[in-house]
Amino acid sequence: MPSLIEKTACDGLLPVTEAGMTLSECVPLRITSVAPLAGKDRAFGAALKAMGLGWPKPGQSLANGEAKTVWSGRDQAFLIGVTPDGLDDLAAMTDQSDGWARMRLEGPGTEAVLARLVPLDLRATAFPVGSAARTGLNHMMMVLCRTEDAAFEIMVFRSMAASAVHELHHAMKAIAARTAAL
Amino acid sequence: MRINCPLCGTRDRREFTYYGDAVYANRPAEGAPIEAWDDYLHLRDNPAGETRDLWYHELGCSAWIEVTRNTVTHEISATRLLTDRKKPAKRGKKT
Repeated sequence: MPSLIEKTACDGLLPVTEAGMTLSECVPLRITSVAPLAGKDRAFGAALKAMGLGWPKPGQSLANGEAKTVWSGRDQAFLIGVTPDGLDDLAAMTDQSDGWARMRLEGPGTEAVLARLVPLDLRATAFPVGSAARTGLNHMMMVLCRTEDAAFEIMVFRSMAASAVHELHHAMKAIAARTAAL
Repeated sequence: MRINCPLCGTRDRREFTYYGDAVYANRPAEGAPIEAWDDYLHLRDNPAGETRDLWYHELGCSAWIEVTRNTVTHEISATRLLTDRKKPAKRGKKT
């Protein structure tokens, strides 16, 4: 067996900081795609409730500490930061932990940075804490969550980690330059 | 242009991929006559007025959406999930 080096998706790329804004990689957590089996919606929702979470509505993310559920499509969600023991009879599950790059963008001006790349209204009034969206980060598919007033969590396919960091860092530098010039 | 995804809400057109006339979803039954397949594959109406299309929310929630729009006024009058097709069309947000 060759000796392989274990690396996170954004290894060597992050963190980057510009004008008080920081883009960093999230601590790697278990990511499971979950879809309730036919007729098991309620039982599965109850099982998630027992974890202090719950089944998210479209556009919603429910968090309990590091653990959370994120709506990801029709009858489908991501379960993050939880080992899904005892759920086999309730939902179809796929371990996608290694398939995603999870990043955190925080600091003043993050809305302006994302406004350059995301075709959504991300102001706190339209996209408050606990909101989740599947949308585009420029040309990439993305799962976006607002975790705090001035912090977003960004998930892109792992293969696109470098492109996502490039796009976000470029927008961060542009916003930082504008702020400095004003 | 914005399209109302029944799940995600009103989203930018760039998030969607156009597939074609909604009759694509009406696949002929197994053993259907060759004329039915010819019609299904090749023949389309070209209405001046209301028409229905299939759109895929590719850069969003991956839902297939049936969009009712008017080819004369460009108004989108309704959208619904393709899975909801047997129910009556819900009036969508006007764009």
